[in-house]
Amino acid sequence: MTVLDYRRPSSLSEATELLQDTDAVALAGGTDLMVAIRHRTVGPAVVVDLKSVDDIGDDIAVEEDRLVIGGRVVMSRLVSHDVVTEQFPALASAASVVGSVQIRNRATLAGNLCNASPAADTAPALLAHSATLTLASGDSGRTVPLSDFFLGPGATILNQGEVVTSVAVPIPTGPIGSGFARVTRRRGVDLASVSLVCVVEPSGRARFGFGAVGPTPLVAESTVEDLATDDGLDHLLSGTTPISDLRAGADYRSAMLRVHTRRALVAAMAQLRARS
Amino acid sequence: MSGESTIGLTVNGTRRSVTVPSSMTLLEMVRSRLGMTGSKECCSEGECGACTMIVDGEPVNSCLILAGEADGAVITTIEGIGNGGMTRLQASFLEAGAVQCGFCIPGMVVAASALLERIPDPTMTDVQEGLSGNLCRCGGYSRICAAVISSVTRGDTDD
Repeated sequence: MTVLDYRRPSSLSEATELLQDTDAVALAGGTDLMVAIRHRTVGPAVVVDLKSVDDIGDDIAVEEDRLVIGGRVVMSRLVSHDVVTEQFPALASAASVVGSVQIRNRATLAGNLCNASPAADTAPALLAHSATLTLASGDSGRTVPLSDFFLGPGATILNQGEVVTSVAVPIPTGPIGSGFARVTRRRGVDLASVSLVCVVEPSGRARFGFGAVGPTPLVAESTVEDLATDDGLDHLLSGTTPISDLRAGADYRSAMLRVHTRRALVAAMAQLRARS
Repeated sequence: MSGESTIGLTVNGTRRSVTVPSSMTLLEMVRSRLGMTGSKECCSEGECGACTMIVDGEPVNSCLILAGEADGAVITTIEGIGNGGMTRLQASFLEAGAVQCGFCIPGMVVAASALLERIPDPTMTDVQEGLSGNLCRCGGYSRICAAVISSVTRGDTDD
């Protein structure tokens, strides 16, 4: 394993400057990065640890109509946070099955997104909840919808030197229901073969986030009424492109995707009724 | 670029200062520089939990942490559990026959200790979830989980 240098900047401007180096990689929890360096999918690297950068938040806070999750917040914090478990149970469920206890104590939500795995566990929930990301580089920043963030496996819109400082999710103004589904070969320490989250509103609007059924996590919308038909389901899933890999065959993925999309919708509707 | 740094950390209650190369993991540092070889390196990618240590109160995979990241941290390894003697948990592992080849056991004990710290009276589901990041290639899971449960149901106390 080759780490050319390890740096721990305390400010965003310092981090941005260090990350201009073409060998530089940003480290948050390291649960994906360290494996990539060891497997040499990331070359000899200057590791820039973001854990001491004050401008990257380490809190989960309600700010007006949004829940703002700092870029340094780890999965285990997310799982045990009251607002997350009450308002965003699908996100809590997704975060609670990332890796293992040990992994969840290190892995950050922002890092899970920046790693840009098609199977990123938390992406479907965040997509279904219309999350936005705040990105920053030096003293400039921008806010983007998560649905615009992923470009392909391992690729995002982040520019050189740019980091995710926080993830924000709008807090629902009325009752909503959510359903979460994840297909894996075994319970612990496995990547999803299919994962998805459905969020339904009283209007019948149904918004889905999908993982592991395309080159990036995907978002799609429909209505409860349309999803009662096969055509409606076909249309919802038309953007997905399941492939065969070591975890599942394409046919199995497609079949599980349909079954679990329906089940998540049913679960979300039941939760909506219970909360209305 | 130096490629090397000197870090200060607390390991099992003792302050240590260590000069480490940038590529060295916390696990490698503890084993090779501090001579504590109880924590094991197995998968080296955070799947097996043999390297589990408690860092700032939380169980983590020390094979995925650079030594440099541990600057300022408070760390407990398997050597720091029981303070020279055996904890009730460790005694339960022996009584339940939970140890076969033994390679996973340091990680299991550290992960189980952290679990009991968080949930003093765990259900079997809590134990299974709490140890889901620790693999036993002997397949000794049922006795390992039973040992954790019996350590809290036996009722006697740690010395």
